[in-house]
Amino acid sequence: MPGDTSAFGLLLAGDPALLAIVRLSLAVSLSATALAAVIGIPLGAAVALTRFRGREGMIVFLNAMMGVPPVVIGLTVFLLLSRSGPLGSFGLLFTPQAMIVAQTIMVTPIIAALTRQTVEDLWAEYRDELTAMNVGPLRKIATLVWDARFSLVTTLLAGFGRAASEVGSIIIVGGNIEGFTRTMTTAIALETSKGDLSLAIGLGIVLIGIVVIINALAWVVRRAGEAYAG
Amino acid sequence: MRGVTILDRLSLTVGAGAPTVLIGPNGAGKTTALRLMAGLMAPTSGRITWGGRPDVPARRAIMFQKPAMLRRSAGGNLRYALNAAGIPRRDYAGRIHELLALVGLDGLERRPARRLSGGEQQRLALARALAGDPAVLLLDEPTASLDPAATKTIEDVIRAVAAKGAKVVMSTHDLGQARRLGGDIVLLHRGRLLETGPAATFFTSPQTEAARIFLAGDLLV
Repeated sequence: MPGDTSAFGLLLAGDPALLAIVRLSLAVSLSATALAAVIGIPLGAAVALTRFRGREGMIVFLNAMMGVPPVVIGLTVFLLLSRSGPLGSFGLLFTPQAMIVAQTIMVTPIIAALTRQTVEDLWAEYRDELTAMNVGPLRKIATLVWDARFSLVTTLLAGFGRAASEVGSIIIVGGNIEGFTRTMTTAIALETSKGDLSLAIGLGIVLIGIVVIINALAWVVRRAGEAYAG
Repeated sequence: MRGVTILDRLSLTVGAGAPTVLIGPNGAGKTTALRLMAGLMAPTSGRITWGGRPDVPARRAIMFQKPAMLRRSAGGNLRYALNAAGIPRRDYAGRIHELLALVGLDGLERRPARRLSGGEQQRLALARALAGDPAVLLLDEPTASLDPAATKTIEDVIRAVAAKGAKVVMSTHDLGQARRLGGDIVLLHRGRLLETGPAATFFTSPQTEAARIFLAGDLLV
């Protein structure tokens, strides 16, 4: 269709501006998920295995943080990064990096809380064996994370799915600047308010496609894990 | 244990030699005694010494009644135990081969451990316990719910291990097994030691009324 300005038309035509939007969305959410995994998996595993004062409070905190609205996280990061804020000197506000920071804060509790649950269940099963083998604490954590790897991949995909589909935090700290911080979700929010529904719907369909692919991947990993671990 | 006395005034000396077999009804404290010996729990009061010394020997392994299979291959489970026991990496391949052959699991090295049958898992758990060449081997009901063929494989391995000089302390519900393997028999009931002695005399001429009742197959209450 000549002159087709819907997202599908642009996508089929390989429109560079739209591809840049999709690419930035994926780059931001994948980076945030990777960072959140690096922080959240060891944190969740450590909380699962250790007994310390305030542990129950920590678990409630992590679980509660899973439900914090993205806009509140966006506002918090905005205040931290704004010129007069404590981290203002880095000049990160309205950059992709700021969006990664916001999404990392959002996804880390999800990954930490789900990891804690997974690792704690596995620990209940492994505790006697590993203790009898005189395995040290760090080695225990590494063992449990490795043996729970199939469940943890599902956890990561859940975190990525949440990051890729949220708009509240990145629109605040990114500013939805065309060609710089515009992602699929922020573009949908903008185009909808502008009344350009066809572009918004097209981007929405692309986003749904990505989410479906993620869940298909999660399913495949899960089946592979079941086939392996029984 | 939240105020429940599980083992009460249990004074027991386990010497070197043929396996020491703990017998007694459910709830007698057999598992708890083994867990104490394995160092998995500390006694609320009293003490456990090894050759007169309080430090637990490093070369000590336990096989649980329901062993947990690591979510790895059969070989991966053994590799993990070899690593934990501090065996040099270059010896892994040879040892894994040797251990699998010992318990009759040749050729199953790459099979996911949790895909093995119950009897195979039990044998893999025994091989895993033997990975570090333990001087003390604790076995909690090693053949519970296994068929006679699998039971025989495990009993043969236990005999071989004991013959090589490792001290085996095991619990069983199977009096026949206690007869077949036992050097010394320890009869526990409600956390107390009722009678102990060499298997030869324990089964033919038990000294206590309780042992006579238990051996006759009557309920010990």
